[in-house]
Amino acid sequence: MIDTNVYLSHWPFRRLPLDETDALVAKLRAAGIAQAWAGSFDGLLHKDVTAVNARLADECARHADLLLPFGAINLALPDWQGDVRRCRESHGMHGIRLHPNYHGYRLDDPRFGELLTLAGQHRLIVQVVVRMEDDRTQHPLVRVPGVDLTNLANVLAAQPQVQVQLLNSGRDVTPTLLRELAELPNVWLDFAMTEGVGGVAQLAGDFHMDRVLLGTYAPFFPVESSLLKLDESELGHTLRDRFTRKNAEQLTRLAGKKPGQ
Amino acid sequence: MLWDLHCHLSGIDGDTPDLRMANLIRFADRMGIERVVVFMGYPFATDPTAEELRVQNDQVLQALSHWHDRAFGFAYVSPKHVDASLAEIDRCIRNGPLVGIKLWVAGHCSDTAVDAIVQRCAELQGVIFQHTWNKANGNLPGESTAEDMAVLAARHPATPLICGHTGGDWELGIRAIRAHLNVSIDLGGSDPTAGIVEMAVRELGAERIIFGSDAPGRSFASQLAKVNSADISSESRSLILGGNLKRLLLPILRAKGIA
Repeated sequence: MIDTNVYLSHWPFRRLPLDETDALVAKLRAAGIAQAWAGSFDGLLHKDVTAVNARLADECARHADLLLPFGAINLALPDWQGDVRRCRESHGMHGIRLHPNYHGYRLDDPRFGELLTLAGQHRLIVQVVVRMEDDRTQHPLVRVPGVDLTNLANVLAAQPQVQVQLLNSGRDVTPTLLRELAELPNVWLDFAMTEGVGGVAQLAGDFHMDRVLLGTYAPFFPVESSLLKLDESELGHTLRDRFTRKNAEQLTRLAGKKPGQ
Repeated sequence: MLWDLHCHLSGIDGDTPDLRMANLIRFADRMGIERVVVFMGYPFATDPTAEELRVQNDQVLQALSHWHDRAFGFAYVSPKHVDASLAEIDRCIRNGPLVGIKLWVAGHCSDTAVDAIVQRCAELQGVIFQHTWNKANGNLPGESTAEDMAVLAARHPATPLICGHTGGDWELGIRAIRAHLNVSIDLGGSDPTAGIVEMAVRELGAERIIFGSDAPGRSFASQLAKVNSADISSESRSLILGGNLKRLLLPILRAKGIA
């Protein structure tokens, strides 16, 4: 299985049971995860994102058969373009992970459009993390609402060359937006924060069964949460294999294509 | 044994209580959940009238009517309507099949208005479930926090109480009620953030922790993962997943002659 949503390092507000890389890796392997796309919690608040990504790359290299680093890009920092370039050229990353709500920009910001263009040129998957936690349980002095997804469909429709995955979008994607995103060929979703009984099957039906991906959001959430959701939904072997492996492989293939291929 | 303390009829397909219950059980079966506790009907009513309480409880009674081997029910009551709530306790618990009460968000449980309801349910040995949330973005006007629960617990130290959702923000909720040994926590209805069960076992002991999902609005899966993933003993896990709920229910089940 391919897990498209894990984090390394430490959540700023709480120690998590598996927030040491070796422990997380052991858990992922035991759960049958063969590849995990890893971002860094440090990418939320650290200003030296270049160092964050270097550490992430080094940590993933220690478990190179399992962990693929997805570097943090903060569009509010000077020369974020340099970080994009280093993610690809210095670290050989396949993707980058954005946290627009923690970095203070909207998705209709021109910098986001520029980032998409640059990511397309570097053949990088772009992950946009819609939220990190429930608004209701946030630290009272660090209240960060989920990413405003208004106009997202229009922004992504203008950039069909770049593949974009929304992480932790479960409670923020309205049925109307889901239908709009389903019309676009370059949008993918994980189901780490999809809730309700049978939620994964419901999501696939409302969105697109070829573009739903396993994401556990470990170690913030237990690995078991997303895996049990697969059991709860009435999925046959074929759909389960798509969600846990084939769709992620297809996303990787599409993102890696050179322009015009 | 896998028993779920916290399920609803709202949020699942079905034109009737019977169809909704059948759908709920279908998903429970997929997750190996043997028994569920159901309370409140549909649509959700945050500040129900006396008549709405009766209608919602009728929906639960109907939903349970074919599932007594798989489900228990609590009566929905409100401190805004004490007399009507006492009447519902008599109708649904003393004279009916329900085995506890659910207090939601109509009024704070720290208010003494709730005392008569709690006392009446306790006399019948029914289970008392109070919703609590500590929301960073603000509670509903009548919505109790875990601190409200602590106030109620102090007024009724001999009465077992359940702190619904563990206060939502569980790091606050566990602290708020940990000194009140008559309070157990319900694990349901919050994101499956890792570590909740480990902290609860550390601070409260496994005997005060009860698995609940808040399905169908929540996934059985995400809520079960909180317990399945926790680094705790198998004895603790067994208590949380059913043993503790069974212990709380046994007095009223025996009083009703239910084996």
